[in-house]
Amino acid sequence: MRISSLPRLAVRHPLVFTGGGLLTLVIVAALSAPVYAGDPMIMDPFKLLQSPSTQAWFGTDSLGRNVFARTMYGARISLVVGLLSTMVAALAGLMIGVTAGYIRSFDNFIMRVMDGLMSIPTILLAIALVALTGPGIGILIVAIAIPSTPSTARLIRSVVLSVRERPYVEAALCGGARLPRILWRHILPSSIPPLMVQSANVCAGAILTEAALSFLGAGVPPSIPSWGNMIASSRLYLSIAPLNLFAPGICLAITVLAVNLLGDGLRDMFDPRSKQRR
Amino acid sequence: MGTYILRRLISAVAVMMVVGIFVFLLLRLAPGDPATMMAGDMATQQMIDGIREQLGLNEPLPTQFVHWALGVLSGNIGNSIFAGQPVLQLISQRVEPTISLSVLTTILSVAIGIVFGTFAAWRAGGFVDRTLTAFSALGYSVPVFVTSYFLVYAFAIKARWLPVQGYVSIDHGFGPWFVQLILPTVALSLSYIAFIARITRASMLEVLSEDYMRTAAAKGASTYSMLFHHALKNASAPILTAIGISLAYLIGGVVITETVFNIPGVGRLVVDAINNRDYPVIQGVLILVSGLYVLINLAVDLAYTLVDPRIRY
Repeated sequence: MRISSLPRLAVRHPLVFTGGGLLTLVIVAALSAPVYAGDPMIMDPFKLLQSPSTQAWFGTDSLGRNVFARTMYGARISLVVGLLSTMVAALAGLMIGVTAGYIRSFDNFIMRVMDGLMSIPTILLAIALVALTGPGIGILIVAIAIPSTPSTARLIRSVVLSVRERPYVEAALCGGARLPRILWRHILPSSIPPLMVQSANVCAGAILTEAALSFLGAGVPPSIPSWGNMIASSRLYLSIAPLNLFAPGICLAITVLAVNLLGDGLRDMFDPRSKQRR
Repeated sequence: MGTYILRRLISAVAVMMVVGIFVFLLLRLAPGDPATMMAGDMATQQMIDGIREQLGLNEPLPTQFVHWALGVLSGNIGNSIFAGQPVLQLISQRVEPTISLSVLTTILSVAIGIVFGTFAAWRAGGFVDRTLTAFSALGYSVPVFVTSYFLVYAFAIKARWLPVQGYVSIDHGFGPWFVQLILPTVALSLSYIAFIARITRASMLEVLSEDYMRTAAAKGASTYSMLFHHALKNASAPILTAIGISLAYLIGGVVITETVFNIPGVGRLVVDAINNRDYPVIQGVLILVSGLYVLINLAVDLAYTLVDPRIRY
């Protein structure tokens, strides 16, 4: 996107602009943390639970670590887990949805399996997966992607079901187009806009789930700073050092808000009627 | 009607079977040996063999599944490795706080969510409506544990109006039980209020533009009667669905809220099981909760016919 088109975006789609802008800010802050934030790991036993100072803008935690640095580094985990699990869920949902929508003999079976997965609460399913394999970022991504897949698959299936009956698909079939070409040229393009909106929702949920799991002790190992495990380890000191808990808490909320706004904005952008309906 | 109920029942059973197979395979197909995993780092070979024997991991997979499924159907969802008790017994000891919290949260969110959403739709674009937009943006974005700690900090630590954490059984009187549950319930309710209010608003907006609403206004029905008698009844199907769906999310929220407020419920049982690597407990809760969810959504689907006589299957 060219810089010159940004003001137009801000006027026409304020939600996309605000959400995208906030999210860009979070991403830049997370990537450039080594430049400005300081060391998130170094412990100082003489500076435990200190209030904010020029060295440590958000104070220090119960092990004397710099809370500002940890909060900025913590964004990395949220973003990596959030974005990667969203990508996995989007790809899996796309493939499952297209299969169910196009190959009707699989439809019933696939959708019942998706219904079954949907009836398992996300957090519990993720806890079960992590409890089996031990904590780690890879398993966390899989554990969050699996319960996020069925809703995406359902959506894509409904898109495929409506698109496959359109005259241009019939025309392509009559013209001798093969299945891969129909899927690639005709079905996929119609699936992308709803998939993007859905993926924004999935991503917001994924970031929240990662934080919740890390908070419960079933997520990122405690040695890596993440917003969830920072909140968990600072809860005992809430009355003395509230910023230890609220700094990562507020950053988490801002990040999720940004993704949600982006999702709402994209929905209005792709489907202008939804704006009037809401 | 009869065939619809039958079809719906069959699909509920099918979904439960999928859940069962999935939960069963989860343990068997996970990388690494589950028995070694659960025994922990200090385990002797004997302990590992014991766990393997207890879980029946030495038998072929289909035999294991039949054994396990028959057990689940007869109410045996496994034994805790850590506590040595049947999982069902552990759950029944912990179920009171969880049900208390879930019921209070559902009542609060349904009551406020429906009223909030109705008024937002009544004057779409007005003050209430814009408040709802802002409120739901926050409700969807601020995680329940952050809201919880914020409420604890403001109302328990600073103002000292309410207890910081803990749970008092309802056996000790309604008052103490209720006071302990105020903060957890409010914290957990916020996102459900937002969700139910948004659905109510959308559903009401469609109904409010119907001809019969104009007729009701023309015959002089009061605003209250128009909104809550004429409109809400016709808008109730999507709202009921939303309440049914949100129950699955409620369980996840309960796990977190119980941890924040140190409430000894089923959620805490699960979280403690993570630390003890007590997989049968997690598996048991998973099966039970999913079954409950399928049953509740079946009930919701069937309840449509009672609420809305126009729906005839």
